[in-house]
Amino acid sequence: MPVSSFPPNHGPHIHNSTGNTSILQNSSAHLPALMLQVMLALSPATLFSFWAYGWPSFILWLICLTSALLWESLLLKLFGKSVSKHLKDGSALVTAWILALCLPPWAPWWLAIVGTFLAIVIIKQIFGGLGQNVFNPAMAARVMLLIAFPVEMTQWINPAPVLDNMPSALTFQFPDISSSISYIFSSQALPDGATGATFLSDIKMQIEAGTPAHIATAVSSSANQPAYSVLDTGLGLHSGSLGEGSALLLSLGGLFLLWRGIITWQAPVGLLLGIAIPALLLNQASPELYPGADFHLLNGATMLAAWFIVTDPVTCPVTARGRLIFGLGCGLLAYLIRTFGNYPEGIAFAVMLMNSATPVIDRYIQPRIYGRSRRGQALAVNNPAADK
Amino acid sequence: MFRKTVRGGVHPCGHKSLSNDSPIRYFPLSDTLYVSMQQHIGAPASPVVRPGDHVLKGQLIASSQGNISAPVHAPTSGRILALAEHTAPHPSGLPVLVATLEPDGLDEWGALNPPSDPMALSPEEVCIRIGAAGIVGMGGATFPSAVKLNLSLNSQIQTLIINGGECEPYLSCDDRLMRERATLIIQGILLMQHAVQAREVLVGIEDNKPDAISAMQQAAQGSGVQVIPVPSQYPMGSEKQLIQQLTGIEIPAMSRAAASGIIVHNVATAYAAAEALYQGKPLVSRIVTLSGGAVTHPGNWQVPLGTLASHFLNRASGFNEKPARLIMGGPMMGIQLPDLNVPVIKGTSGILALTENEINHTNPGPCVRCGNCVRSCPMGLLPLEMAANIRSGELKKANELGLHDCVACGACSYICPSSIPLTHLFNYAKGELAQQQKARQKMENTKVLAQRRERRLERQAKEKEALMAARRAAAAAKKAAQQQKEEA
Amino acid sequence: MLMAVLPLTLLGAFLGLVLGIASRLLKVERSNVAEEIEQLLPGTQCGQCGNPSCGAAAEAVVAGDLPPTFCPPGGKAVAEAIAGKLGIPLDSSAMCDEGPRIALINESLCIGCTRCYKVCPTDAILGSAKQMHVVFEQACTACGKCEDVCPTECISMVAIKPTLHTWTWSQPTA
Repeated sequence: MPVSSFPPNHGPHIHNSTGNTSILQNSSAHLPALMLQVMLALSPATLFSFWAYGWPSFILWLICLTSALLWESLLLKLFGKSVSKHLKDGSALVTAWILALCLPPWAPWWLAIVGTFLAIVIIKQIFGGLGQNVFNPAMAARVMLLIAFPVEMTQWINPAPVLDNMPSALTFQFPDISSSISYIFSSQALPDGATGATFLSDIKMQIEAGTPAHIATAVSSSANQPAYSVLDTGLGLHSGSLGEGSALLLSLGGLFLLWRGIITWQAPVGLLLGIAIPALLLNQASPELYPGADFHLLNGATMLAAWFIVTDPVTCPVTARGRLIFGLGCGLLAYLIRTFGNYPEGIAFAVMLMNSATPVIDRYIQPRIYGRSRRGQALAVNNPAADK
Repeated sequence: MFRKTVRGGVHPCGHKSLSNDSPIRYFPLSDTLYVSMQQHIGAPASPVVRPGDHVLKGQLIASSQGNISAPVHAPTSGRILALAEHTAPHPSGLPVLVATLEPDGLDEWGALNPPSDPMALSPEEVCIRIGAAGIVGMGGATFPSAVKLNLSLNSQIQTLIINGGECEPYLSCDDRLMRERATLIIQGILLMQHAVQAREVLVGIEDNKPDAISAMQQAAQGSGVQVIPVPSQYPMGSEKQLIQQLTGIEIPAMSRAAASGIIVHNVATAYAAAEALYQGKPLVSRIVTLSGGAVTHPGNWQVPLGTLASHFLNRASGFNEKPARLIMGGPMMGIQLPDLNVPVIKGTSGILALTENEINHTNPGPCVRCGNCVRSCPMGLLPLEMAANIRSGELKKANELGLHDCVACGACSYICPSSIPLTHLFNYAKGELAQQQKARQKMENTKVLAQRRERRLERQAKEKEALMAARRAAAAAKKAAQQQKEEA
Repeated sequence: MLMAVLPLTLLGAFLGLVLGIASRLLKVERSNVAEEIEQLLPGTQCGQCGNPSCGAAAEAVVAGDLPPTFCPPGGKAVAEAIAGKLGIPLDSSAMCDEGPRIALINESLCIGCTRCYKVCPTDAILGSAKQMHVVFEQACTACGKCEDVCPTECISMVAIKPTLHTWTWSQPTA
């Protein structure tokens, strides 16, 4: 005869399992399984970027993940928490992975280590660990790195030549593993022709130089990468950070998370609309000055942010409407910074700004309680039988 | 205006097929029955038999006391061995008064006096008879049905809703009952309609029970009872959610459904009412689902009240592995049994033995604000905010966030990826706040008592003073009179 | 020079005047606070806190001589109310709140001397001379006065046992 434990556990006595999936219902189970699926969703785009930017990018990614684990264990130990238990939740790995996707593909090793230090130690653990941080760790770390190391943070690599329409002007050979290691670990100068501007910074430079031209001609004048086209850019064949690569594969990952019920649609849709609508309007007004919505959606970190950054639950509002507002705000701010600000890419700044607005959104956007008005007053009692 | 739909909810795997294919079987009498005096919400019943008495099946052994209470009847014929304390089927594991009954094996009914035509009785009379049969809410809440019917007689009732939702996973007792005994259920429903003079009757059944829906629809033909399938979504069987789904009406906070002209009863309650009025039989047994991954033979049994859970489990089935958790009721809102030696009571809808795999338990982790709890809450609350406030001791703030609107359905705890015991926190906070309220009440009383006593002491002192003064005056007068006498 | 000194002097004088008036008009009556706190207390004058009366205790806690957790019959609820009124943090760990208690009279030892019900501040003990005394659970605050006067030591303060109706879930440990 089995003997029950005392005092008894409070119900419910079953917990959501990974077995059932549907877009409508939530199928998340426990935290580690959830994080694992996020990493799975990130993999296709990441693998593609490894291929497009070569071995150095893979080594950089590896450094990010390892150093993040080290920082996390160190801090957990310092705070007297169980290292094995908290490390297993996988949140540090996801943060490091996303940070790696935000770095220039051939960035020096110390940039990655400083980056994960900022993300894990300063932004996450000092604020109280998982669930307590105000800012998205990867985004905040990227912003800090960008301000502190502007040169290293803007070394964008031209992608591998694969398609027929790649310009033949590629004058450098992709490095093998050993020379890749030396690129990352010694401050060896990058080969001529390896780096190029991103489309976003290209546009910015053109506009600042006072030579507004149609977007297609403006970008194709840049050397070593193909002209902007929806197909090539959507696939990821342009210079940029790892995560600015393939909009298509990132979206696939995002749709996977949506299907698994791990993320909700509100924040991504909000961000995409927040960028697309103003882009569309300004493009209509003066097409030679402002690139269209497709350009803004496919370039920069738009897709990465939409599926993997504004969906970070810790730093975004909890309600559906709140998330929509959050996404819209991120998108709009990112567009404004890209178009009128000093930086060619503004997603990280926009996300940080909206992160700080999250408590306010949560304070004012709350669901209506059953049987109560929005203000919390009980609804009036109305008996249909009584007045007959 | 568009109809309001039920919000939130979760879709736990039903596991209904474990038990819903086997017809209801009658569980044999055990050697001893432990009939609890507290099988309902409210004051415990007070025994009217003494140890040594011989009782017949259905004979009253304890009568209701107080406004909210229900009587208890003998589940079989036999001898009362004792009136003693026994562990209650309650998470506290505290004892409760039970009548120990030794069956004589004859299972002999006492005199059954069903009225010739129950529908000809007055509504009040129907309520009285339902109350006298000891019928309580059989869905698990165990609120005395007669009290509920009586309360709603005062406020006019538009709609009688019969809850056939059975949204709890594993349970299939209502499903089987509706499939096998739909005619009697419909009779009971019509009786209840008569008792509250409801204008319409809606039966809500979750669409994962197609056989039960068709059986009920067939039985309901021509009776005016509408059988309506509702989506399978936990907690559809919760009163407020079912009302909203079926009528579009949202019951205002802090008010009873009856005030809005609606009353909800469970199908098993309707069945018990029909048995009581058409056959004269009080509530002495109920259908219990035996299920879970750890039992070898899941099924549905009609079990005499007072049968020990341990006896039931061992006789009806057995374990194919060591169960990780034994539950009375459903897995979402049921209780973990503190001890297997507890009797089956009127609210025992199921006894489940779940495996480690099924309960899928992990230790709580940090809240990552994923918002799953907010989305799953059928009441539109913010469970994560309430829990954070309760954990930091801010019970009042949690209350302002709507703690008392929480129906404790458990959807938030079920869905939480960090396994935070949200529902447990809310129930803890509700209890703590109630105790604080009680303490305040007592403090007020104490103050009044202390003031009363002070005034009384003052008055007594004054009276004493006055008495002394009078005595002194009398003595002085006497003395003066004596002096006068002497002088004279 | 003068143009700089004069305005500042005037400003200073004016602000000083305003502050002076404000301190008169908006003066916080300390004794009011004590009175308000006395209202929060049970008013049984049981003396368990070491003060002769609830009024004296209220003044002592306002003066800072007593912690807000001084009142055993009041328990946690009163301590919280006092701390809230005074705006001071409540160290509830300092409070050994063992839950509600009640006086229990050992029937076999009671001689019916009536001393206990004479001292009971809430009239919670019923009885008369040479008769068994009974405690009203509703009225007893477990102040302990009866325990002190009982000649046969037959009264003790015991914790009220929870029943199915009063039991509540305790806080989850994790």
